[in-house]
Amino acid sequence: MTRSVHPALIVLAGLVFIFLVGPLIIVVGAALSNTTYLTFPPQGLSLRWFSKIFEIEAFRRTMVTSLQLALLSTALALLVGIPAAYALNRFRIQLPGWLSTLFVLPVLVPELVLGFSLLRSIAVDLDAPIFLSLVIGHTLLVLPYVVRVISASLASFDFSIEEAAISLGSPPLKSFFTIVLPNVRSGVIAAFILCFITSINDVSISIFLTGPGISTLPIQILAHVEQFFDPTIASVSVLLMALTVGVMAIVERTLGLTFLTK
Amino acid sequence: MTVALTIDNISAQYGQTKVLENLSLDIAPGELVSLLGASGCGKTTTLRLIAGFLQPTAGRILLGGADLTRLPAHARNIGLVFQNYALFPHLSVADNVGFGLKQRGITPDLRKKRVAAMLERVGLEAFGERLPAALSGGQKQRVALARALVIEPPLLMFDEPLSNLDAKLRVDMRVEIRQLQRANGTTSVYVTHDQEEAFSISDRVAIMHQGRIMQLDTPETLYRRPANAFVARFVGFENLIPMQVRSRAGSSVVAEGPGGVQLTLSQDSYGKIPDSFVLACRAEGLSVSTDTNIEGIPATLGLRTYLGRAYQYQAQTPAGPLIAHGALSSPIEPGTAARLVPEPEQCTILAPE
Repeated sequence: MTRSVHPALIVLAGLVFIFLVGPLIIVVGAALSNTTYLTFPPQGLSLRWFSKIFEIEAFRRTMVTSLQLALLSTALALLVGIPAAYALNRFRIQLPGWLSTLFVLPVLVPELVLGFSLLRSIAVDLDAPIFLSLVIGHTLLVLPYVVRVISASLASFDFSIEEAAISLGSPPLKSFFTIVLPNVRSGVIAAFILCFITSINDVSISIFLTGPGISTLPIQILAHVEQFFDPTIASVSVLLMALTVGVMAIVERTLGLTFLTK
Repeated sequence: MTVALTIDNISAQYGQTKVLENLSLDIAPGELVSLLGASGCGKTTTLRLIAGFLQPTAGRILLGGADLTRLPAHARNIGLVFQNYALFPHLSVADNVGFGLKQRGITPDLRKKRVAAMLERVGLEAFGERLPAALSGGQKQRVALARALVIEPPLLMFDEPLSNLDAKLRVDMRVEIRQLQRANGTTSVYVTHDQEEAFSISDRVAIMHQGRIMQLDTPETLYRRPANAFVARFVGFENLIPMQVRSRAGSSVVAEGPGGVQLTLSQDSYGKIPDSFVLACRAEGLSVSTDTNIEGIPATLGLRTYLGRAYQYQAQTPAGPLIAHGALSSPIEPGTAARLVPEPEQCTILAPE
């Protein structure tokens, strides 16, 4: 069976596709350029700007910091967010309605304000170490995603399934891990990826909380752009994309990305 | 009688709302008792208290003589069958059934054997490797039943297990449940809002209303001799007529109802009649007669509906609107004056409210 598709639809879909993919192609192209300045299309192909990144110590260091930060804050947010989402859904009737809204509030506050208030409170007043402040800030930043995404998964979960497990002799905590968690796995993976990407790309909170000796990759990129206009930036960006895609690939291999098709 | 399950004076509340008040119930070994009532009557709350998902504010629950009241739900060893099956979606049918055995530390070999035997008993031996999503509603309910039975619990509880199935399957499944329960001799509590289901499957039925048991009896007794007006209405005694005894002669009693209605009733068929009572009659227990010279409740017939086995009439009487049945052979036009005659087989005597 063939279906006729309106030509305008094809053109429109093509334009949207270009709009989405175009910038990525330009960045990748610019990163491969042999010139000493950012340009597209690339003139001459070279990987020299990629090797340049690793020659700049600040890039190496911040890349590691960003990775650690993203993994740690994501893990913390999952650790706090999954039980919170569970409780919010399991006891929805008994809990006041505003409680679930509370977990979304950090999204409503402009990130710059959140960053500044964190600087004022934990970094200055409590004199917390820079990396710890960053972890706290990023955990706060990504926590709403965990609660929302896991809540969405749990909303369709029938809690009598958990009761069935308990009635069959499985203690509540064990039932949570063997019965509830496997059934919201897709939500957990989605939350993980969202959090990781949000954290590793974050500028507005990090810019307040980074300090002497410790910075994140996006902040380093920002600092670099202020001084240089060479393709290093493009190649770092490509590397950042590759890193994110790499993490998603690992997640997909180990846990499966079935949630994308569900 | 020996008792398997004792519910001793339990009360429960959600927040400030009292759901159960001083409810007591004894169930004999191997007996199937239904909790029957409309939603909000406390039947599901009772089940959840026994299962351990809720804590009573007062009272005790004993199973086989042991006090369960403070025992956590997972340590109670009670088999549960849920309305929406509650199968583990990520586990195969065999793993669903084997879940309880695994919790009990049964070795994989023995587990496999017992799961296979159980699946065979519910006719699903070929479905062990499937996921629940690939099963029909009836098959899912069989898996749920197998999963609850395989742990050989001393008590099996059903929470509206058939209400998600279509009518035909519902009847088949309830026979199957009853046969399995009988064969295993498992003491069972069955929660439902469906009267026919409760009556057909149970040894005894507890009719519940507003957190109390209105009557606990065999289906036959409930159907023929309800203890009070609530149960009478519940089991289909549509006509309740309050009456006073005016005179007694031998076993015969003359009683008077509202609007001066006079009836002669025989204690031989109704049992002992107190001075003040309520005459409860099913629609088929009031037969319509156009002979206005006989004794009966004077009535003006209203709307006539065809029921297949009889005509049903809405009748206006001095005792208020009543529902009566008339023979198929002679349909009567609305507006006709008639007498409604109580048939003792389909009527009973209640204490006044």
